Amino acid sequence: MVTTHYSESEFGDLHRRLFILRVGLLLVVVLLGLRLWHLQIYEGPYYRDLSENNRTRLVLLEPARGLIYDRHGVLLANNVPSFSLYVTLEDVKDREVLIQQLTDLLGLDPTLVRKKMTAKGSKLLPRKIKDRMTLRDATLVESHRLDMPGVMIQVESQRNYPGGVTAAHLLGYVGEISADQLEKPEFLDLHQGSIVGQYGVEKSYDRHMRGTAGQKSVEVDALGHEKKASVVERPQAGNDLYLTIDVRLQKVAEDLLGEEQGAIVALDPNSGDILAMASRPGFDPNVLSRELTAKQWVEIVQDEGRPLNNRASQGQYPPGSTFKIPMAVAALETRTVSPSSTVFCNGGYQFGKRLYHDWKASGHGYVDLHTALVHSCDVYFYTIGQRMGIDVMAEFGKDFGLGKATGVELPSERSGIMPSTAWKQKAKNEQWLPGETISAAIGQGYVTVTPLQMASLVGTVANNGVSYRPRLVQAVMDRTSGNLQELPAVPRGKINAKPETFRIIKDALADVVTKGTATKAKSSMVTIGGKTGTAQVAALRTGPEENIPKKFRDHAWFVAFAPVESPKIAVAVLAEHMGHGGAAAAPLAKEVIETYMKLTPQVPAVTSDLSGVNEPGRSSKDS
Amino acid sequence: MIDRLTENRGLDSFDIRYVALILAILGIGVLSIYSVTRGQQSGATPFYLKQLIWIGLGAAAFLVMWASDYHHLARFAYPAYAFILLMLVFVLFEGRTSKGAQRWIALGPFSFQPSEFAKLILVLVLAHYYSKAPRAGWLQRVIVPGLLVLPGLLLILKQPDLGSGLSFVAVYAAMLLMVGIRSQALGFILLFSIMLFPFAWEGMWGSLHDYQRQRIMAFVDPDYDPGGKGYHALQSKIAIGSGELLGKGLYGGTQSQLKFLPEGHTDFVFAVFAEEWGFLGVVVLLTLFVALIWLSLEIASKAKDQLGALLAVGIVAMLCFCVVVNIGMTAGMFPIVGIPLPLVSYGGSATIMTMASLGLLLNVKRKRLSLFY
Repeated sequence: MVTTHYSESEFGDLHRRLFILRVGLLLVVVLLGLRLWHLQIYEGPYYRDLSENNRTRLVLLEPARGLIYDRHGVLLANNVPSFSLYVTLEDVKDREVLIQQLTDLLGLDPTLVRKKMTAKGSKLLPRKIKDRMTLRDATLVESHRLDMPGVMIQVESQRNYPGGVTAAHLLGYVGEISADQLEKPEFLDLHQGSIVGQYGVEKSYDRHMRGTAGQKSVEVDALGHEKKASVVERPQAGNDLYLTIDVRLQKVAEDLLGEEQGAIVALDPNSGDILAMASRPGFDPNVLSRELTAKQWVEIVQDEGRPLNNRASQGQYPPGSTFKIPMAVAALETRTVSPSSTVFCNGGYQFGKRLYHDWKASGHGYVDLHTALVHSCDVYFYTIGQRMGIDVMAEFGKDFGLGKATGVELPSERSGIMPSTAWKQKAKNEQWLPGETISAAIGQGYVTVTPLQMASLVGTVANNGVSYRPRLVQAVMDRTSGNLQELPAVPRGKINAKPETFRIIKDALADVVTKGTATKAKSSMVTIGGKTGTAQVAALRTGPEENIPKKFRDHAWFVAFAPVESPKIAVAVLAEHMGHGGAAAAPLAKEVIETYMKLTPQVPAVTSDLSGVNEPGRSSKDS
Repeated sequence: MIDRLTENRGLDSFDIRYVALILAILGIGVLSIYSVTRGQQSGATPFYLKQLIWIGLGAAAFLVMWASDYHHLARFAYPAYAFILLMLVFVLFEGRTSKGAQRWIALGPFSFQPSEFAKLILVLVLAHYYSKAPRAGWLQRVIVPGLLVLPGLLLILKQPDLGSGLSFVAVYAAMLLMVGIRSQALGFILLFSIMLFPFAWEGMWGSLHDYQRQRIMAFVDPDYDPGGKGYHALQSKIAIGSGELLGKGLYGGTQSQLKFLPEGHTDFVFAVFAEEWGFLGVVVLLTLFVALIWLSLEIASKAKDQLGALLAVGIVAMLCFCVVVNIGMTAGMFPIVGIPLPLVSYGGSATIMTMASLGLLLNVKRKRLSLFY
């Protein structure tokens, strides 16, 4: 017998109350049933009629895309209002007549309009036929609206890049979502006509910047004319991005390259922040974010200069002598050489039947590691390369991030190649030849790198082996909550090498600039350390440089960091077909470094006289 | 001899009618979800398959609850409530936001809604409280349990999740009516006012100006229907009404298939069903629900102790409330608050929670039969 501390009467009470609950419930259910009977039986025919002639159209309200700023809050991408033309097929009486009307009125391409009208999608949802209409065209359509049922003009925001070509490769561009993209799960909540990022951070941060579309319900009459509109769901603006670049430095870097092809990357070795990343030739993202005709596309894609290619992260070049930096680290760390041991250079290195030339035919004489770096002696590095073997070199190269993508937030980054015996077996199914080690030792042969990888590499050396993943986005501003989310720098580990090793190499790199191959990079305002490189394009060369057609001339490299004592910036310059690194690339790196030092207030550099820098623009203003 | 009898009766409690009713309603749900979401996705797992997975998990929860002992469960009521309150606080800060409300906690690829589970735990808490507390003054009968409800209610309203918040109040009100309030007269007044509320509401709501309604709705639930122009409600009414007597047939619902009706697989699944199966289908579904609730009330009135009876009443109240309010809102009788139709609407947390509750109900029945007195 189970006992409760409740009396029988209370239980009885509960039963009575339960009975009432049942009665109440039945009443409510009957009322529900009556309501449904009223809707479905009594008013059923009326609602059926409504459902068959449902003349409310849901119109999507496109969200405002997030803005993009540089590290100091300078606006790089925003949205401007523009007019778009929409057509709801359900309300169109004669498709061909409408196409004819639109062609006459706006001069649209009839085949393009027809293609859009026949594309897959609901007849009830308005589809975008034309965007970026002029005010005149939009007014023209409005004034003829009564003759064109189903046509609607909508004010939308259009992506705008105030800087034009500036930082085009980083920002990327936007475009209408493609049929392939629509099938992908990450675009599930999007629809035909949605604007998504197609390149650059616009693409890699699309999810953040995209925002959420809203809806507007539009009541149309039997002729498809808009009668009444009401917002069902407001669109939610996308989040803003704050990039790590300083747009002033970016512009300087781009102007330095000018009409030449090449890339300049500048980053902060203490955080991996990319300060500038220029690639030339460039493009105007404003043009690409518009709807292009097939012909325009072909022109851009077939352009010999490949302007859409971001040479900084997608261009793969032999590193040339800049590769001697990781080689020197490897040689010291494996004790292949000591800092003072020397190699005799007579201008060539005999291996088997082949003589490998030094760039200086007369030779450098007895050279130690320091001299070998300062004067870029090839024979020294042939020798140590031969002693270490390709696999040891590959191990150190990989530690410095060669042969793999850096992971920067840009689409389609390339990884370059850090060859090894295993790599060749896998990629070419061939045995590694000993002679190939000798070419690789001076950064030729199979070795390829991107300018971004080289900037990161020299930054890592400058930072005594501590490296960060290069990054472009430092903060995301949540537009709904107003929170600024700062993204932390991403450490990539430390190179396992003695501090002494880095000291020796940085000393040598500083002397490269003061008395070595890169005296053209010598600056009066800041100490710079660096290494020149020349990447061979054509194997066989005859006669002086000037006689060779430009497209067979060598690429010029210069990688640098500054100030030598406490590095704040690391730079890689690659100038395609510009010949020797010391002559063509080093001055550009110096300009970038000096600009950065002037832009960013620093602890006083070597010359206390910061204001007295001999700059023509300023002195003329002063006078 | 007694032992054997006990065991047999224990199994008897696994009421086949009860289980059949639940399965029938679940089946209607999966069918409607399939109908409205078919062809909408490419790549991702279709909704009806995911719903079947939820039902599988729900069945497991149902069996666990059925096999347990509600006396033991009630002992953990307060710690469980404290835990779920913590989860609700966590949701406010770390939760996943969808459609303007922060209700979900992400768990790997899934996300779950603590507010759903909070409802069942609240039933446990109140049943436990009333079965233990002396029923002396109004303080202990009304105010103290009210204070128990309050933190959970406020946290849920903050999300904002008006629907779950109202369910919380409904459970509390049902408990008050059953045991909290001594005077039967007062109880009756409350009961009738709740029953008449929908109709009174329609009169009141109908007499308000548009902008007044918008203000009220913006106040209680700013994110549901910002236009306040009743787009959802109208499309839902058109869907249900156009189903007429026999419906438009499976996949024939133009309202839902052409996406005029938003949320067709979740809160508005009843409209999808009503459009495709007509008034006849609606009568069948309502009958199934009434039968299920009837059997549940039977369990409540035959429970062997106060705790069991109160648990059963709380669960039934929760179920009734959701069914009535959901159907009422899709039929345009109530303002739209986000309440899913139990066992029919798509949703993992709600499906699992509802099935667990029904398992607990059956446990109340099992304990009555299995303990000899």
